[in-house]
Amino acid sequence: MTSPSSARNGLTNPLPLAGAGDPTRASSAQPKIVIENLSVQYDDGTESLRNISLSIPANKITVLFGPAGGGKSTLLRALNRLNDLVDGVRVTGKIYLDGEDITGPEVNAVALRRRVGMVFAQPVPLPMTVRQNVTYGLELAGVRQSWKKEEALEKSLRAAAIWDEVHDRLDAPAASLSGGQQQRLCLARVLALEPEVVLLDEPTSGLDPISTAKVEDSLHVIKRDYTIVIVPHSVQQGARLADHAAFFLQGELIEHGAGQELFVTPKHKKTEDYVTGRFG
Amino acid sequence: MSRQLTQRLVFTLLTVAVVLTTLPIFIVVGYIAVIGAPAISGEFLSAMPRDGMRAGGIWPAIVGTLYLTLGTGLIAVPLGIAAAIYLSEYAKDNRLTRAIRIAIINLAGIPSVVYGLFGLGLFVLFLRFGTSIVAGCLTLSIMTLPVIISTAEEALRAVPQSFRVVSISLGGTKWQTIRRVVLPEALPGILTGVILGLERAAGETAPILFTAAAFFLPRLPGTLFDATMALPYHLFVISTQVPGMPLQIQYGTALVLLTFVLSMNLIATLIRSRARARRQW
Repeated sequence: MTSPSSARNGLTNPLPLAGAGDPTRASSAQPKIVIENLSVQYDDGTESLRNISLSIPANKITVLFGPAGGGKSTLLRALNRLNDLVDGVRVTGKIYLDGEDITGPEVNAVALRRRVGMVFAQPVPLPMTVRQNVTYGLELAGVRQSWKKEEALEKSLRAAAIWDEVHDRLDAPAASLSGGQQQRLCLARVLALEPEVVLLDEPTSGLDPISTAKVEDSLHVIKRDYTIVIVPHSVQQGARLADHAAFFLQGELIEHGAGQELFVTPKHKKTEDYVTGRFG
Repeated sequence: MSRQLTQRLVFTLLTVAVVLTTLPIFIVVGYIAVIGAPAISGEFLSAMPRDGMRAGGIWPAIVGTLYLTLGTGLIAVPLGIAAAIYLSEYAKDNRLTRAIRIAIINLAGIPSVVYGLFGLGLFVLFLRFGTSIVAGCLTLSIMTLPVIISTAEEALRAVPQSFRVVSISLGGTKWQTIRRVVLPEALPGILTGVILGLERAAGETAPILFTAAAFFLPRLPGTLFDATMALPYHLFVISTQVPGMPLQIQYGTALVLLTFVLSMNLIATLIRSRARARRQW
């Protein structure tokens, strides 16, 4: 197993740029994302995240969980710079993706978002056909060859476990799909860009159990190729998915570590109370 | 009074109100159609006026109105949509933006004759365009812009914010998002505003009175710097300035103008209802 040992003590995370020159850190366990002292504040003085340090391992599912308002979504939005779209948000601290700082104003946020895709809580199919929804990101990126788009279309729809349901209606309006299908379409739309990281913010909160299972199954399969960070819609879902987990409470990171550890034998009292359903 | 009776009384009053408001429209349109229709003929629609405009056709006025409407569209539509995109998508919500918005709303309320005077001062005299199609189009554009900007901005704002966030999160730039998602979604609403604005431009007399319109011009305008006849002004002239004018010609002219404006209205309605049907997919 990889990360827990390096990821547990968040305050002494390896400096990502030192990876090659630091022999004490095994490069095989190099985390995909390293977050250092991240705080997010709003103009009105409220704080959404307080001094978070966390490593996110590559090709694993990292679950961010905790009660509502804990800052999980804010953290996801920091990872692909969607907070930029909101006025009056101040982000301090550093986030490294493969050792490269992605928080500075000089970072090309548009290019970053192609590497770090996101699936939202509410499925939002764009007002186009199924096919156009999936190839939209590729077209934005300037991909013109139709064979490339076709290839990505089938591949990503298959990866999101929705190909069998939509392959004969690719030119139907995306809004005509059911809610569960729409959400898997949204996942396929992100996968079509072949990002390195996939962020999911309560992706199954509006879905029925069968659709939820399909999404979860597909996450287990695609983590081979992607680093996945998910805010689950329930503790149970978090426990089902987590290779690695982090518990957030009121803007603070209480505890993080291997999924089994956090959900079965949490060290912190607050984590235990939440996991066992005593609050939340 | 029993509640039943009140109910019936209110219902009757509301019905009367609807009838009173719609009846005049039907009467006006019907009256103009009945009296004007006999005047409509191939010659009327395609010939020059004769005998001091008491006979012949209204061809130069029709062409003039087409030129003025088209020219106004060419100026006001791109400018208005661009301004609306700026206000809706780029402008920060600050004092300056609010002031601009208030100014636009107020511009829409200015009487059209004031625009006419302004056009006379700026375009005709100061810029020396003379009484010309250019001066008329520019004046009508200024009058039409507020309508186009505010309806287009409203249409843009009606596009769900989530579409924008999704497009940005898929690696879109702001402009790609606007061009590929926001504008296509807002287009029917924008077109409705554009047509309603141009319809007003086509029917107005006052703004072109001092800037573009010729009392009588027995030929078509040759350049953009020529004056032109136009339907609304022609109607004003033959109704008030020429003695012994056959009623038929006046009403025939009114009917042509009315048809022109109403068919633009019809197109706007069609666009809107088609967009609404499409939205339900």
